[in-house]
Amino acid sequence: MQFQVTNSPFSEQQVELLNRLWPTLTPAQKLWLSGYLAATETVGAAVQQEAPVSKEVTILYGSQTGNAQKLAEKTGEMLKSRGFQATVSSMLDFKPNELKKIDTLLIVVSTYGEGEPPDNALSFYEFLHSKRAPKLNHLRFSVLALGDTSYEHFCKTGKDFDKRLEELGGKRLYERIDCDVDYEEAAAKWLNGVLSELDKQGAVSVVAPQPTQAQPTALYSRKHPFEAEVLENINLNGRGSNKETRHIELSLEGSGLTFEPGDALGIFPKNDPELVDLIIQEMRWDPETPVSVDQEEEPLREALLSRLEITVLTEQLLQQLAEFSKNRDFHALLSAEQEAKRKDYIKGRDVLDVLREFGPWEMTPGQFISSLRKLQPRFYSIASSLLAYPEEVHITVGAVRYEAHGRLRKGVCSTFCAERLHIGDKLSVFVHQNPNFKLPKDSNTPIIMVGPGTGVAPFRSFLQEREAIGAKGKSWLFFGDQHFVTDFLYQTEWQTWLKNGVLTKMDVAFSRDTKEKVYVQHRMLEQSKELFRWLEEGAAVYVCGDKQRMARDVHQTLIHIIEKEGNMSSEQAEAYVADMQKQKRYQRDVY
Amino acid sequence: MEKVVLKAPDGPPSDVERIKQESNYLRGTLKETMEDRITAGIPEDDNRLMKFHGSYLQDDRDLRAERQKQKLEPAYQFMIRVRTPGGVATPEQWLAMDELARTYANGTLKLTTRQAFQFHGVLKWNMKKTLQAINDALFTTLAACGDVNRNVMCNPNPYQSEVHAEVYEWAKMLSDHLLPRTRAYYEIWLDEEKVAGTPEVEEEPIYGPLYLPRKFKIGIAVPPSNDVDVFSQDLGFIAIVEHGKLVGFNVAIGGGMGMTHGDRTTYPQLAKVIGFCKPEQVIDVAEKVVTIQRDYGNRSVRKHARFKYTIDRLGLEAIKAELERRLGWELEEARPYHFEHNGDRYGWVEGVNGTWHFTLFVEGGRVKDTDGYPLMTGLREIAKVHKGDFRLTANQNLVIANVPSEQKAEIDALIKQYGLTDGKRYSALRRNSLACVALPTCGLAMAEAERYLPKLLDKIEEIVEENGLRDEEITIRMTGCPNGCARHVLAEIAFIGKSVGKYNMYLGAAFDGSRLGKLYRENIGEEEILAELRVLLSRYAKERLDGEHFGDFVIRAGIVKEVTDGTNFHE
Repeated sequence: MQFQVTNSPFSEQQVELLNRLWPTLTPAQKLWLSGYLAATETVGAAVQQEAPVSKEVTILYGSQTGNAQKLAEKTGEMLKSRGFQATVSSMLDFKPNELKKIDTLLIVVSTYGEGEPPDNALSFYEFLHSKRAPKLNHLRFSVLALGDTSYEHFCKTGKDFDKRLEELGGKRLYERIDCDVDYEEAAAKWLNGVLSELDKQGAVSVVAPQPTQAQPTALYSRKHPFEAEVLENINLNGRGSNKETRHIELSLEGSGLTFEPGDALGIFPKNDPELVDLIIQEMRWDPETPVSVDQEEEPLREALLSRLEITVLTEQLLQQLAEFSKNRDFHALLSAEQEAKRKDYIKGRDVLDVLREFGPWEMTPGQFISSLRKLQPRFYSIASSLLAYPEEVHITVGAVRYEAHGRLRKGVCSTFCAERLHIGDKLSVFVHQNPNFKLPKDSNTPIIMVGPGTGVAPFRSFLQEREAIGAKGKSWLFFGDQHFVTDFLYQTEWQTWLKNGVLTKMDVAFSRDTKEKVYVQHRMLEQSKELFRWLEEGAAVYVCGDKQRMARDVHQTLIHIIEKEGNMSSEQAEAYVADMQKQKRYQRDVY
Repeated sequence: MEKVVLKAPDGPPSDVERIKQESNYLRGTLKETMEDRITAGIPEDDNRLMKFHGSYLQDDRDLRAERQKQKLEPAYQFMIRVRTPGGVATPEQWLAMDELARTYANGTLKLTTRQAFQFHGVLKWNMKKTLQAINDALFTTLAACGDVNRNVMCNPNPYQSEVHAEVYEWAKMLSDHLLPRTRAYYEIWLDEEKVAGTPEVEEEPIYGPLYLPRKFKIGIAVPPSNDVDVFSQDLGFIAIVEHGKLVGFNVAIGGGMGMTHGDRTTYPQLAKVIGFCKPEQVIDVAEKVVTIQRDYGNRSVRKHARFKYTIDRLGLEAIKAELERRLGWELEEARPYHFEHNGDRYGWVEGVNGTWHFTLFVEGGRVKDTDGYPLMTGLREIAKVHKGDFRLTANQNLVIANVPSEQKAEIDALIKQYGLTDGKRYSALRRNSLACVALPTCGLAMAEAERYLPKLLDKIEEIVEENGLRDEEITIRMTGCPNGCARHVLAEIAFIGKSVGKYNMYLGAAFDGSRLGKLYRENIGEEEILAELRVLLSRYAKERLDGEHFGDFVIRAGIVKEVTDGTNFHE
């Protein structure tokens, strides 16, 4: 047995001691020790109660997909098990004036899209950056930032919090760590660092560990994905469509995996063999060259197909590749002066572009492989309910294909699903909980769902769930896409639900059927009176789909409707929406 | 006058009668269901009413199964039929139809067997815009389908233009006179406010609130051409021209092509001539005939509801007597007439008033651009400069009519530039071919027609060539179902779809449209069709008499029995 900071309540020092001690113990000694410890436990606990714990730690998270929340909760558990009084809360639920009363703050926050804070971090972010933010000289803090290096503003929200807390007088407990999509390792490092700093700065209480909560631990996880059999894979778009949206049904039989409507499915895709072969040809390598990934040896082609990211360029990757090329243009591109050009270059290009453009290369397959990031899972909102389809999970995948820089580019996972995934094949999946996109607890609560394009997927799950439990609450769906005839995803299902009353109302907008483009927000506006009435009746609003434009436009429209129909000022309307958010009556799953 | 006692058949009204009854003069819930954005379709009840507005809901049947799997509803789309009395359109109207076809329909124009324009593939949300544009072009779609009088056909005879002009005027007047009076069409499609006065006082003086028991068709022929197949009409008029002047019309009643496979109580029937009337009496005759069918037609069983069954049930004499009672005067004795053919004559012909007419062969009546044949573009370019008019023929062809002699060269140059054909490059058989729309849009089709006949003709033409019959005019028609939009059993060789790839084959109809064909082979596929024709055409080439038509030959040779009346069609 190997003790670690992360799998035990012990500090780094203790772990080291234990690890040295443990292998030397005989079974009899271990038995004696366990009895002794059990006997002294109650004594210890009694003693502890007399000395109140002063070590309070507040952990705030801002999370869009649930990763940050999960990490925050894990941190909380860890701290509690070590005797800290840890409070975990979303930034949305945290009252900003509490800031003055706390002395230790840990922040776990992700960054979305173009450097924006997640929905539930927005108000806290704005408060902290406003003039109303208090002096925080008494505060020690540490930030764990989640992000994705393939975006320009990598971990921006976390960086902003880190900088701002310092400006307000806070002292850094432990340095900020920025995590890429492959966050586990970096997050563990941060957690260890924070724990050991806390240990150093304040005595560890000897309180006995609370029994860890019996989490419904699935056998399968991101680390150990389940091999799900493909039951169905159909194109939902009719002939002549500009789009291809796959409806994929997977079997979860025997996996023990469970999920709730609103959760997402993580999928490990495989890269396009055509692209892999082009890369190998470009470099004149032998596809069978053994390379090692994660201490495992496998042929180069296989590693590129299923282990490594080859379609996304990051700053870091360019820097690493630069070691193997003397190409002047390449080095110039990597210079500080060409930052803007570099950012532009990264967009819509892949590893093959770099290899083709910036040779000659002096690089072995092994060196190349170790420069690449591991292939990341892709997440899709789950489109089914376990109550309707037990032991199955359905997803809705829009195939991404576009022409850029003289070559057809393909979304890794979406075109993998569209082009190379057949019925009977196995797909590596795991469930990713999204606590921030959940049906109201009370099934009588009306729901308004806005989900154009593949954004409609979770609402199929919502309605299946509500149908299965016989929910009484009204429901209203806004859907949109390009063309009615070819792109009305799951059309016949909505029609059936409209007929049998599971879906109360539906409005659709098809942007390319008419001269003037019509989008979901236009349909919302047309129905503003009724929509506001639903809000006043306590309806919860869900938005899923494109973040860049749709979610923003829908958000603006919502405020506009509240302003107009509620006779409010824009500030009042915004407060109304903020309040909805607080009550979890406005949830978004946007990407 | 003798007292006639007539009676409509007993039996509960059919479902369509209920729909009409509840429709409030063809309104139903069309206004609301056309605005429902969740489906491109409309409910069945409203679709029944939609027909009266000149349109009905179809779907692309090629895609049905595929779309069902894709969780998409059928590819619903509307067919729109434009009422074009006598098939006459000005160049401006042609351009308007051409543009609509490319804007809202599937990019093609269909010239129908009843001389109407037809659009296919119009989506629900474009319906109003399309119908408004049609009305802006001074056409209407009202009553182009439904249980009412349809588009009135009339021979577009370019040889005798003065008589034609007169006949056409009567066709138009008939058409207008028999239009429904309901304002529903204007309210639903043309944004007309409800007119003052409640619907209760709305009146249909000719039709009444239930309209007719079934569709009603009128056609006027100008001998010697029987291109309109005057005997296939519920009510046919045969123009009688004496000394170059129109003196009146012979009146024929009770024709109809439709039947149901396997139901011998249904049959095609030819109209019978019952007398003669003067031109100015023609409206009165038509109106009274329509009201007789309104009152005595079968409203219980729709497949027995056409006028032909009313006549066969009550007797031709009784109907004639009732007509004369309603008219208050008696028809004169029918005048002699002579038909020579029911097909079209192609190419340039000079009219009597110095204008020229070019009859263009339009295969399957489908105006579109294909690789190597820019028919639609060519006609558009002609329409842009043409000073005369266009005439849609009953055989789905097109006459570029009334070309002033000084413009003939210009039009001819355009015809040549776009390679528009008078059909001379094809066999006479192909020039005399006719097919209904059938698959993929027609909901009734059991087999292919418009898409398949040209391919079948490629193969039949080989047989025709082998037997030296290239220039022999033989009429050949194909329909996807027995309802007979392409007037199937009036062709010397007729095919009626039974199921995909299978047809009933009929022989022995008269070349001039005066005799029905007879069932020759049942449920046969292409191979058998070709085998049969190989034998038949070879015999015809060798054994025919001088000037003997194929339809007459097969009867004389005893290949099929002559059909003397629709009632013995199945014998």
